[in-house]
Amino acid sequence: MALLKLEVITPEGVTLKTDTGSVVAPGVLGYLGVLPGHAPLITPLQAGVVTYRPAGGGEEHLAVSGGFLEAGPEQVVILADTAEKAGEIDVERARQARERAERRLKERPPGLDVARAEAALQRATARLKAAGAL
Amino acid sequence: MPNTRDLKRRIRSIQSTQHITRAMKMVAAAKLRKAQAQVTAARPYAAKLEEVIGRLIGAVEPETQPLAASREIKKVGYVLFTGDRGLAGGYNANLIRLTEERLRVEERAVALVAVGRKGRDFFRRRRVEIVRDFTEIGDEPDLTQARELARQLVDLYLAGTLDEVNLIYTRFYSALRQVPQVDRLLPIAAGAGGATGGVAGGPLGDYIYEPAPDAVLQALLPRYCEIKVYRALLEAKASEHGARMTAMDSATENAAEMIDRLTLSFNRARQAAITREILEVVAGAEALQ
Repeated sequence: MALLKLEVITPEGVTLKTDTGSVVAPGVLGYLGVLPGHAPLITPLQAGVVTYRPAGGGEEHLAVSGGFLEAGPEQVVILADTAEKAGEIDVERARQARERAERRLKERPPGLDVARAEAALQRATARLKAAGAL
Repeated sequence: MPNTRDLKRRIRSIQSTQHITRAMKMVAAAKLRKAQAQVTAARPYAAKLEEVIGRLIGAVEPETQPLAASREIKKVGYVLFTGDRGLAGGYNANLIRLTEERLRVEERAVALVAVGRKGRDFFRRRRVEIVRDFTEIGDEPDLTQARELARQLVDLYLAGTLDEVNLIYTRFYSALRQVPQVDRLLPIAAGAGGATGGVAGGPLGDYIYEPAPDAVLQALLPRYCEIKVYRALLEAKASEHGARMTAMDSATENAAEMIDRLTLSFNRARQAAITREILEVVAGAEALQ
């Protein structure tokens, strides 16, 4: 079976470099899947979960908080603002962050940056989902 | 003849200064290593981003991108990256000198964004307009700080407070060589990346852009600013640590030299005192005979 080379790069370094059968990523227009032989594509990403299937089998998850994806027939490059592997996510902290964001959005204290709070909520949700805690 | 007690006191005082400079040198070396690792880690991301932007920016009308569109320049902004602290040799002075030169030849109105206390304090005394200042960046800058700074710079640009934004920071070459330089941040120049190629290896036409090329570019350009600011911040910090390390190294050496010299005079003084005492004893004994 043909494989894709998947690379996840953040400004803090290369998070992941592996061969995979498929990649599912949170594009701004909705989740999109990439299989080997995909037409060249570039799209921004929103905060969400990246799912890929390593060559050895199984399914791995990664939380990203926005960025963009470049796909080609043999390669997928994700330039993420932040990226965390499922095993590295601090579930307790993500849960707290999520509750905080939800509370702020509900109470709407004056001077609240709504877009920012929503983005924080999205990020925390993505991390929880990637960690399988939601 | 200086007396031995004073000499001893001075030697001890210089020794404790030397302890401090040596410790500062080692701390700077450790932080330098860390900053360098961060610069290296950021490189793949920056390279890829520039490649994609380089490919896109030629294909999209620059006028549709507020961050890339050129407009009449009424006020030029300089973002000055200095340290919060001194004791780093000529690090801050070199940056300030370069900035002063730029301000002198600049015919348009200027404003500064001061990152780091040293630059802010200097130009505040000179009554140069400072639109924003950031201090307490710390010795190990992270991405969050760079993002916040980049966001504010983009806001200043979009709001029309500044019509051009330049970064003045020190480029790090080695622990011994750091060169202050000026880099334009905004508006983003066409062909900023310059690189072509990519996965498809072809021009724009071969790619699918979702939703559309200009929308993709709109998402990428702020990130490009972020990574550029992040990089400038890291280079500046690496340079600061490098400069401090070198400065503290020579301070430690100077202290060692001074201690040697003082130890020599101390020994001489002690020797002289002993000789004098012997002479006194001998003279006293002779007087008794």
